[in-house]
Amino acid sequence: MSHLLEVKNLDVKFDTDEGRITAVENISLSVDQGEVLGIVGESGSGKSVTAKSIMKLNPGNTSYNEDAEIILDNENVLQFTSKQDLKKIRGGKVSMIFQEPMASFAPAIKIGAQMVEQLLIHKNINKDEAKSISINMLKRVGIADAEKRFNQYAFELSGGMRQRAMIAMALSTMPKLLLADEPTTALDVTIQAQVINLIKDIIKEYQMGVIFITHDLGVIAQVADHVAVMYLGSVVEKGPVNEILKNPKHPYTKGLLQALPDINNLDAPLSPIPGNIPSPLDRPTGCVFRTRCPHHNPEGKDGKIEMKLIEVEPGHWVDQCGIQCGQNG
Amino acid sequence: MGDNLISVNNVSVNFDYQENFISKKQKIHAVNNINIKIKKGSFFGLVGESGSGKTTLGRAILGANKISSGNVIFHDDERDYDLTNMNKQDLKEYRKKAQLIFQDPYAALSPRMTVRDIIAEPLEVMKITNSRQETDERVRDIAAKCRLNIEHLRRFPHAFSGGQRQRISIARALVSNPKFIVADESVAALDVSIQADILNLLKQLQTELNLTYLFISHDLSVVAHVCDVVAVMYLGHIVEMGPSRELFKNPKHSYTKALLSSIPSIDPEKRSEAIELKGEIPSALNPPPGCVFRTRCPNPGLDCKGGEITMGLTEVEPGHWVDQCCVL
Ligand SMILES: Nc1ncnc2c1ncn2[C@@H]1O[C@H](COP(=O)(O)OP(=O)(O)OP(=O)(O)O)[C@@H](O)[C@H]1O
Ligand SMILES: Nc1ncnc2c1ncn2[C@@H]1O[C@H](COP(=O)(O)OP(=O)(O)OP(=O)(O)O)[C@@H](O)[C@H]1O
Ligand code: SF4
Ligand code: SF4
Ligand SMILES: [Mg+2]
Ligand SMILES: [Mg+2]
Repeated sequence: MSHLLEVKNLDVKFDTDEGRITAVENISLSVDQGEVLGIVGESGSGKSVTAKSIMKLNPGNTSYNEDAEIILDNENVLQFTSKQDLKKIRGGKVSMIFQEPMASFAPAIKIGAQMVEQLLIHKNINKDEAKSISINMLKRVGIADAEKRFNQYAFELSGGMRQRAMIAMALSTMPKLLLADEPTTALDVTIQAQVINLIKDIIKEYQMGVIFITHDLGVIAQVADHVAVMYLGSVVEKGPVNEILKNPKHPYTKGLLQALPDINNLDAPLSPIPGNIPSPLDRPTGCVFRTRCPHHNPEGKDGKIEMKLIEVEPGHWVDQCGIQCGQNG
Repeated sequence: MGDNLISVNNVSVNFDYQENFISKKQKIHAVNNINIKIKKGSFFGLVGESGSGKTTLGRAILGANKISSGNVIFHDDERDYDLTNMNKQDLKEYRKKAQLIFQDPYAALSPRMTVRDIIAEPLEVMKITNSRQETDERVRDIAAKCRLNIEHLRRFPHAFSGGQRQRISIARALVSNPKFIVADESVAALDVSIQADILNLLKQLQTELNLTYLFISHDLSVVAHVCDVVAVMYLGHIVEMGPSRELFKNPKHSYTKALLSSIPSIDPEKRSEAIELKGEIPSALNPPPGCVFRTRCPNPGLDCKGGEITMGLTEVEPGHWVDQCCVL
């Protein structure tokens, strides 16, 4: 069976004053109907850029490589140029919950009017129906007095309400693929649990595929079926959620899990991964993690090796330099 | 006074809500009759339900939101500032001492300024530095501490990732060496490793510069690690407050208990033992009378007087305060 979404060998580069920046390098991912793919990774590692590529939302200074493919529902999104085609992926088949809620609501238009407009563009329904769908969605994400909040501007809502309104808007069109970029960062844990359950119900009901980007590993454990771990534009490890969280192989994944603050041990110091984050203008050759890896060995292979994922357990892929870390580290 | 930096006395903040021009005005009760004292050099945590009034309270303490009733006093070394009663000159002075790190960096960072200019702005506006060179030095210094790439200072904010933008706003707030900082969800967009790094930086500055923080966050593990005192808010009220270890070990209020039980575990097989909150989520436009949590309280005690009581804190252990309704 073919996947709902398949990203193949994607590079994303930005042209800037300082030169060409590689934000994403050679990424391949897939998402099936009804499946949640979690993406975790370092800040600036290319998670949002990857998601935006699927809707062709990256700005004008972006370039994609020629042999990259983003196949959604058997069509290559990267070839889309006409308005008609782009409309299909922007709010039609694909919806995105943006990392920063203020970015997706126009400041001078009421929340409700924006939700209704979005529904009218993509669904064959009238205004009253759109209004009732929107209010119903606002209720389902836990917004009290939804009829009244519908009439407010984004700045009048709290951070978490804004985020929930955006989730409601993204879900209301019932897309085939949902791109959720840090969708619960502004929510307290009880509301977060409620919203996650809602997203799970809707996935089941509509067989939606989801890419769920978050740095909260607890949330990943609750929602994701598979996980991809990104560092500096590359996927360094991917596999079933259980495998990644319980049996991580790559030193970056391990470092990330160790940096997690443990609520049961408040005396433990907070332990970041040491070292400076390299500039994307100046990506390390060979293994991208080698400038900060505790097992890095100047005489080892990591400077010469090519980044490439290898399957170590069924479905569990690790960068080839990562696997050999034991031997060459 | 004495060792307190901030006293919040009976503070309420309301906003108007009006459906359209002709309908009558209603009030959103965002913050209700709040009393807190923030000690000098402390890391004061504020947690609670989304929409419960945390940002509004933080902004009120900074003089960035009107205060509907009550007052806020900032006890500086030589003098007190009463935020409800400040002239322009005082406000200008106060702005040097108290800074906000915004919840939503996208809205906070001007898209037409370079990152260097964004971080330098407080120094220039407040005339803290004397030369461009001195400004540049301070900008570079703080940017490096916040783990920003110095080569990128000439770029505009849109070219940064969410977490990078959050670090830009942290650098901007810290650059003028303030005494008090309201950090509103300031590490929410950071991966756990950089988050640990920034928290260590904030902690270090706390001791080095005797900085005081009001730290608003939904991440309870982070709050447990960095804060010495924590207050829990629900629908405009503080329902519980105490030394952070005591509060996390021995929560008393039903809302606090439900909140702590809902922290997601990183073990995918461990189905959460969260106390589920059912019942109607109350509205700040029309808060329920008596105990504000009663529409969703999973375990009203035998003696729960939920409907009749007025909200107010009682001290159950030294420094540990709980809403009286929940204490038998
Ligand atoms: N328009 C742009 N021009 C230049 N560089 C850009 C642009 N957009 C993003 N970048 C760079 O691309 C890299 C990846 O950014 P991206 O937003 O995907 O990170 P992320 O993984 O989502 O991080 P975070 O967790 O902080 O949100 C970053 O180094 C960022 O600075
Ligand atoms: N400028 C405003 N105009 C009208 N109402 C407002 C305004 N700012 C806040 N409110 C209302 O005040 C209440 C408290 O909001 P606040 O932003 O303080 O919550 P919060 O605790 O910070 O929530 P979150 O965790 O979701 O950020 C909400 O009902 C909100 O809609
Ligand atoms: S190849 Fe070397 S530097 Fe890279 S992750 Fe493995 S041990 Fe670390
Ligand atoms: S007073 Fe009653 S309803 Fe309110 S929190 Fe306490 S037990 Fe629950
Ligand atoms: Mg991002
Ligand atoms: Mg807030």
